[in-house]
Amino acid sequence: MHKPLQKQGKNKSVLRRVLYAVAPYWFFVLVSLLCAALSVAAQLYVPILSGQAIDAMLSAGHVNFAMVGRIAVIIAAATAATVLAQWLMSVCNNRVAYFVCRDLRNAAICKIQKMPLSELDLHPAGDFVSRIVADADVFTDGLLLGFTQLFTGVLTITGTLCFMLSVNIPITLIVVLLTPLSLFAASFIAKRSYKHFKQQTEQRGEQTALINELLEGQRVVQAFGHEAQSLQDFDKTNERLEKTSLKAVFFSSLTNPVTRFINGLVYAGVGVSGALYAVSGGISIGELSVFLSYANQYAKPFNEISGVVTELQNALACAARIFQLLDAPSQTPEPADAAVLQADGHVQLKDVSFRYQPARPLIENLNLDVKPGQRIAIVGPTGCGKTTLINLLMRFYDVDAGSIEVSGRDIRSVTRASLRKSYGMVLQDTWLCSGTIRENIAYGKPDASEEEILAAAKAAHAHSFIIRLPNGYDTRISEDGAGISQGQKQLLCIARVMLCLPPMLILDEATSSIDTRTEIQIQSAFSHMMQGRTSFIVAHRLSTIREADRILVMRDGHIVEQGNHESLMASDGFYARLYNSQFEGLEL
Amino acid sequence: MKGLFSCLKPYKKESVLAPLFKMLEAAFDLLVPLIMADMINIGIAGQDTPYLLKRCALLVALALVGFGCSVIAQYYAARAAVGCASGLRRRLFAHIQSLGFTELDALGTSTLVTRMTSDINQVQSGVKLFLRLFLRSPFVVFGAVMMAFLVDRKMALIILAALPALAVVVFGILLWTTPLYKSVQRKLDSVLGIARENLSGVRVVRAFNREEAEIQRFESANAVLSGMQRKVGRISALMNPLTYLIVNLAIIAIIKSGAVAVDTGRLLPGDLIALISYMSQILIELVKLANLIIQVSKAAACAGRVQGILDTQASMQFPDVLPEKTFPEQEAVCFDKVSLRYAGAGAESLTDISFCALRGQTIGVIGGTGSGKSSLVHLIPRFYDASCGTVRILGRPVCEWPKQVLREKIGVVLQHAQLFSGTIRSNLCWGCAEATDEQLWAALETAQAGDFVREKPGGLDAPVEQGGRNFSGGQRQRLTIARALVTRPQILILDDSASALDFATDAALRRALAALTGSMTVFLVSQRASSLKHADQILVLEDGRLAGCGKHEQLLESCAVYREIYESQFQKEGVVHA
Repeated sequence: MHKPLQKQGKNKSVLRRVLYAVAPYWFFVLVSLLCAALSVAAQLYVPILSGQAIDAMLSAGHVNFAMVGRIAVIIAAATAATVLAQWLMSVCNNRVAYFVCRDLRNAAICKIQKMPLSELDLHPAGDFVSRIVADADVFTDGLLLGFTQLFTGVLTITGTLCFMLSVNIPITLIVVLLTPLSLFAASFIAKRSYKHFKQQTEQRGEQTALINELLEGQRVVQAFGHEAQSLQDFDKTNERLEKTSLKAVFFSSLTNPVTRFINGLVYAGVGVSGALYAVSGGISIGELSVFLSYANQYAKPFNEISGVVTELQNALACAARIFQLLDAPSQTPEPADAAVLQADGHVQLKDVSFRYQPARPLIENLNLDVKPGQRIAIVGPTGCGKTTLINLLMRFYDVDAGSIEVSGRDIRSVTRASLRKSYGMVLQDTWLCSGTIRENIAYGKPDASEEEILAAAKAAHAHSFIIRLPNGYDTRISEDGAGISQGQKQLLCIARVMLCLPPMLILDEATSSIDTRTEIQIQSAFSHMMQGRTSFIVAHRLSTIREADRILVMRDGHIVEQGNHESLMASDGFYARLYNSQFEGLEL
Repeated sequence: MKGLFSCLKPYKKESVLAPLFKMLEAAFDLLVPLIMADMINIGIAGQDTPYLLKRCALLVALALVGFGCSVIAQYYAARAAVGCASGLRRRLFAHIQSLGFTELDALGTSTLVTRMTSDINQVQSGVKLFLRLFLRSPFVVFGAVMMAFLVDRKMALIILAALPALAVVVFGILLWTTPLYKSVQRKLDSVLGIARENLSGVRVVRAFNREEAEIQRFESANAVLSGMQRKVGRISALMNPLTYLIVNLAIIAIIKSGAVAVDTGRLLPGDLIALISYMSQILIELVKLANLIIQVSKAAACAGRVQGILDTQASMQFPDVLPEKTFPEQEAVCFDKVSLRYAGAGAESLTDISFCALRGQTIGVIGGTGSGKSSLVHLIPRFYDASCGTVRILGRPVCEWPKQVLREKIGVVLQHAQLFSGTIRSNLCWGCAEATDEQLWAALETAQAGDFVREKPGGLDAPVEQGGRNFSGGQRQRLTIARALVTRPQILILDDSASALDFATDAALRRALAALTGSMTVFLVSQRASSLKHADQILVLEDGRLAGCGKHEQLLESCAVYREIYESQFQKEGVVHA
């Protein structure tokens, strides 16, 4: 259903853009790199120093205390340098990563506000949200890890190599040749267990789907006494999952023993060859101790780097997804001379054509002339283009051909803000923002006075239920408006529009979730409000639209009939059929 | 945690062997520095090559044995963890099956799904980690100290002194940052909430020209999040440098006092190297232990949540057998002064409802949103118990019926038309596994679903996707009606189940239901007055009270609420302008 956002070419260009994003914080990056170099050098120096210290104690009675004392001071200095550099490095890395993440998220939300609705409607909202939240998070973690471990890891490896080579080449070779074995073993196991993991993921997915379905339908399960059967179905997936899980968990957990075993071999190898060299006087005991501690540490950065590389790949993929979002097209910019619309309620559609998909024409050559103050109802079967018309009026979408004029001005020549300000819109989809009821009613006019808010709520018949809520107008509405019913939400949306009193109104199934009696009360409030205002009403219930000045009957993007209720009923066409179908039940 | 332990019980052997082998492996690890010290002190000092080679062979052997132990430990840990999680999952699922509507309402589906999936997965990895590391890490830490004592008592005291300092740093930072990380998560949730709101409400945001305000709202939440992240980052950035500092101070101390000890001949240089490597082993294990504690406490929290569900008991008890008693033949459903207050609700949802439906009658239930229509019909199959008064089904108090028998007698079509993945047949056979094709088709025809099922490739065996999403709302509703009809219930309840049907199909459905011979009693809940017009009795509800009860014509005369509902849907010319 939704096409992927424009694919970002190669990792290279993503990397370049990541660097651009990091560029404003170059100073912190520089400090971080310097600190990393310093701390690695100092850390590698300490084993050498302790080795020298040990060499200064040959045997009983032959200890060079001055030397040992001096070395102790140097170790202390190196430690102090490391501690400081490490801390500074971490702080810098944190700043860079979290600032970059913040910048990207801000850029993303700005982009979303400027994206044309055609783009937004194409993609599920969850996809964008996960780009802004989850992807940005993974990217930050990767960036952080990359900064802290990649650079220090590479430095540690090269540093260790240099130090070892300068002391003894053959022993170094043992370390260098044996250590990669653990990497090979790790990747071998990873490849082997990948199959099981994949299976585990699949079966987990299957089981989750089953659990979801059965628990969601738990009431049906109970109503039909289906419990035992459900449990049987569940058991089947559960047993399968247990078997695969055991394999996946066990195989993957072999990595640790294997790498440790190989490290043990390296250690033994260094130990014995070092000792043999020491016997022949090739190296001192202190130098042997340096080798032993390096042998212990040498494998660590390798394992870390291989972890970091996958993390980084992952992070780049996530960054690419964020950049795709940022690269999505923006809505057509407003012309520099865009005027501020002073609407009087005169709306004209001239030869309007529009289609969502190039191959499927929807609205074609639509003409309509609405006089100020007229009440226009739009009816028709699902998919006939009712909501599309509203999208065009509000300029959520631009027409493909023809033009829409308000008060004689093409709506593309005025500012979007002034056009939309001229409309009050209540949609079937009741959207409220998280905040108090008061904030929600005043959404379109944040500086509204208390009296205005109360008046709007009363006009929308929302006042009485609001004051019965635990905190009245200060009751917080959580995301999705949980805590109040769908019908009550619609009342709040209506109050929100009542407060702004724009010259034109759009009501798209605005009372569909409200029971018919309350609806009549609201209708009366609306008719009061609509006095002298141009209004467009889309409704499912035909009773809602009977007293419109003009009823447009739409079918497949065309207006097939128009007129008022009486004339349409008299002509006995599509409208009359629709209208009569709701009474068919009476003739049982 | 009771549930967790009882699920671990079948894996007693594994739960003991896994840590045991892990400890064995650790013990071999601890020997390595000692052997190396011997190699230096005896082998090198005595220029004894064969000794060196023997010791080297010993090192390799130790590594090999350690490897074996560790593999065995991993295997047992994996078995215990996976088996325990799987058992826990089954127990929880079975337990959920026993819960009633009241408990399900209180817990919520999404909570239950999270408990069943991610919480139990967390428990699994927690158990695995626990078995593998919880004994090993402390063992290595204390073992290293013990070994240091074996080498030299005075020097070991230095290590012993460094130990609490290290522990304070590692666990202190852990304690300090854990609540901060939680608050980072909350800040992230609020950023996520704003982003999601902006996308779902994009039309409203633009209609009210609030783009800039929304950007500002997001940016300020984002700034708070970023600030919090940097703060936590700064604190946890202390961990590495501080532990490194302590370890190196200890090493300096060891070298300085070691120099004296070597000078007096109390200590050999090789011993010094062993001491230094014990010091670093302790550091590594402490950091592991800190991470382990985070993981295990997370898993314990998850296990606690799972246990919370296991501890929820069904509030409703059903008898096992139906007591032998005579009962009035004619009565189908009778409410006697029934009131219902949902658990935790402030007000009653139904108040003082009395009526009696005879066998074969059609009962209409009408009223505004939230007037208690669904609550009323939910009392019939005993989804809930009345808080006062009695509900009698087929002449007996509803609580005397065994669960299975009661639900077989009553067919319910709930408001939300829920289908399950499988085939049309598997869905229809839910209440009656051995139904024949004729029975299924008869039910489909009555439910006005025959035509579209016939058109589906495969007919009865056409696939149904999850939640029935490959069917339209109206088709789903008709299939759920057919599903209830297959069981040939004595009482059929349609809870606004025809709302997505057009008026003509709705009428045809009612005609077909009326034509079903026999003594089936039908409860029709609807918002449409036209759907109920021909019912034998119409119950008019307002705010949980019975505002009227009778036939259509009577109610038009006597019941103001009914008349208003009816007129709001069938306005005479001009009524609207009131």
